[in-house]
Amino acid sequence: MRKLNGIRLKHRKNTENSQTVEMPLPSKVRIPMSMHMGAPCQPLVKAGDMVTVGQKIGDTDALFSVPVHSGVSGKVTAVTDYRTAMGAVCKAVEIETDGLQTVSEEVKQPAVTDKESFIKAVRESGSCGLGGAGFSTHIKLNPKQQIDTLIINAAECEPYITADYREMIECPDDIIGGINLVKSMLGIKMAKLAIEANKPEAIKNFTEMAKNDDTIDIVTLPSSYPQGAEKVIIYNSTGRIVKEGELPADEGVIVINISTVGFLYRYFQTGMPLVTRRLTVDGNAVGEPKNVRVVIGTSFREVMEFCKTDMESVKKLIGGGPMMGMSIPDVDMPVVKTSNALLAIKTYDERKTSACIRCGRCVRVCPMGLMPADIDRAYKIKNIEELKTLKVMLCMNCGSCTYVCPANRKLAETNQLAKALIPRK
Amino acid sequence: MNKLIVSPSPHDENYVKTTTIMLNVIIALLPALGVGIFMFGWRALTLTAVCIASCMIFEYGSRRLMKKTNTITDLSAVVTGIILAMNLPVTLPYWMAVIGCFVAIVIVKQLFGGLGQNFANPAITARIVLMVSFPGAMTNWIKAQDYDYDAVSSATPLVLESKGGDVPSYLDLFLGNTGGCLGETCALALLIGGLYLAARKIISLAAPVSFIGALALLTAISGGDPLYHILAGGVFLGAFFMATDYATTPITTKGKIVFGLGCGIITFVIRHFGSYPEGVSFSILLMNVLTPYIEQLTRTKVFGAKEAEKNEG
Repeated sequence: MRKLNGIRLKHRKNTENSQTVEMPLPSKVRIPMSMHMGAPCQPLVKAGDMVTVGQKIGDTDALFSVPVHSGVSGKVTAVTDYRTAMGAVCKAVEIETDGLQTVSEEVKQPAVTDKESFIKAVRESGSCGLGGAGFSTHIKLNPKQQIDTLIINAAECEPYITADYREMIECPDDIIGGINLVKSMLGIKMAKLAIEANKPEAIKNFTEMAKNDDTIDIVTLPSSYPQGAEKVIIYNSTGRIVKEGELPADEGVIVINISTVGFLYRYFQTGMPLVTRRLTVDGNAVGEPKNVRVVIGTSFREVMEFCKTDMESVKKLIGGGPMMGMSIPDVDMPVVKTSNALLAIKTYDERKTSACIRCGRCVRVCPMGLMPADIDRAYKIKNIEELKTLKVMLCMNCGSCTYVCPANRKLAETNQLAKALIPRK
Repeated sequence: MNKLIVSPSPHDENYVKTTTIMLNVIIALLPALGVGIFMFGWRALTLTAVCIASCMIFEYGSRRLMKKTNTITDLSAVVTGIILAMNLPVTLPYWMAVIGCFVAIVIVKQLFGGLGQNFANPAITARIVLMVSFPGAMTNWIKAQDYDYDAVSSATPLVLESKGGDVPSYLDLFLGNTGGCLGETCALALLIGGLYLAARKIISLAAPVSFIGALALLTAISGGDPLYHILAGGVFLGAFFMATDYATTPITTKGKIVFGLGCGIITFVIRHFGSYPEGVSFSILLMNVLTPYIEQLTRTKVFGAKEAEKNEG
């Protein structure tokens, strides 16, 4: 059996023992209409409207999109244009909180009778992948193909981030409940809870909890980045290979993030949609690194100040992990559904790129078995046929090649640019 | 607050840089160079210094002339200088060594685009150019530990063997107590350097092992003495420091093995059938030229890739 390449990273899980802290309610939130993959929502409220906690404030008919809800009660002050970290433009609803946190009457336990009503309720929850990608949960849980295995992604392979880990430690019953809920609703026989080996306590706990349940299998993933990548986790927990152009469902599996599963369970108990999230705040500019639970729409500035960040020294802000996270251009941007971590870094030097020395490190680390050095060459001369032969489309942008490159070449970035050259069928 | 830096992921990096790699190669070359100086005297040191200095000057000058960024700090020119010096007889006139450096740095390396772009190993090519241009000076050997630069023409072990002379013992070959180029004689020191690089994960042992293995096997089959043949001449220097050059050898392990086997076979053919006593340099140069084709045939297998449809287009 083929062993997939990977790299050893310093785990830097400084916050793994930090109990999640509720952040005080901000005086103002700004909630973007695009926090998921898919078309942005249209705002359902206008300036001057009063809103309550859990009230739907944005929705759309677009297939992949999920609605947006308010996490505070208060008054809408403005509906503005907003540019996301991805560069997309959408509307954002600004709400001044009244501090009462009145819960909306829309919030009630969803009535679920069959798969169809379950999927509909999942959509209404506003749920999307909480691991960072933001893929709509109701689409993921409703494939045409026959599914026999549900994989719960608890790899959390990026350095620093412990948000999923704290979910496992603090809410293990919600996770098991969520797994059983999804399994029974979709008629899936087997669930595999895949945890990276650097989280022994979580592995021990869940092995104990699931010891009398032979439909939940606890899988220990090797401690090498990127275990959380979808194709890698599927291969390492089931041995199945998702081939070029296929979806996980084509191999009979669904992969879902562990925090998403925990959230789904709570939603079906309480009816409270996705309006808060746990995120790890860390990085060397942060005075008190910790896990916080914040209302979606809270500005990063407030989160950083809450964690005693030396604001003057911050050179770089990363939403997510250091390997695949996004640079945040502005501290006043809000926490969104997919914000699993906020890293404030004060030591960052712009790297100087030098010539490729053909050392082959990028080739040895690529989990997909690609040859980034050759892709780099082919991209330079825009050789599209060669790029196709080199299978650049299979790059998942894990960043391992850029990380190891001694010449500081931005290989992962080049791969993404090269993908754009290949015409879509 | 500062302006935030915005850049694509990843935002973290490894500490191994090009300069680190080159520095490690220099460290790995030091034992063999030290033995060379001990065996052949102070001129080994000055010849090496001349090579390093002229390589750096040529590197700086040609980059400057071509209006390209100065790459002197990546230390690759220093590595080329040391390896080239180690491939020269200690008695070689300095001006010939400078010509070798010119060939290595300007013609082979910079004219093809600089570091990582050269098709052949600069030091090997320079050695061959010098060998065909100045065959007399390039085969002017002195006895080890004799330090008499006028009492020349102590033949190398391979010449002695082919002419049926009094061959040195395995121990002398292993420790470098024999005639030859100033850095190639001591198999032990070269082995230490090579293993150091392998331990630091700078080089893979695939090419050296298959190179030395193929040569030993073929020599044994042909009735020769395999141990003598791998210890004598430039096999260890070539296998560990030149058949592992990044730019001019294949990237994948499969490719490295093919490369090493090819080097071993060609070295054997030249030594056994050719009129030259030594074939390491030519074998590596020939395999350098084949490298692009080896690379084409030994690419990695992409995870989950579907084979290209045969009838397409």
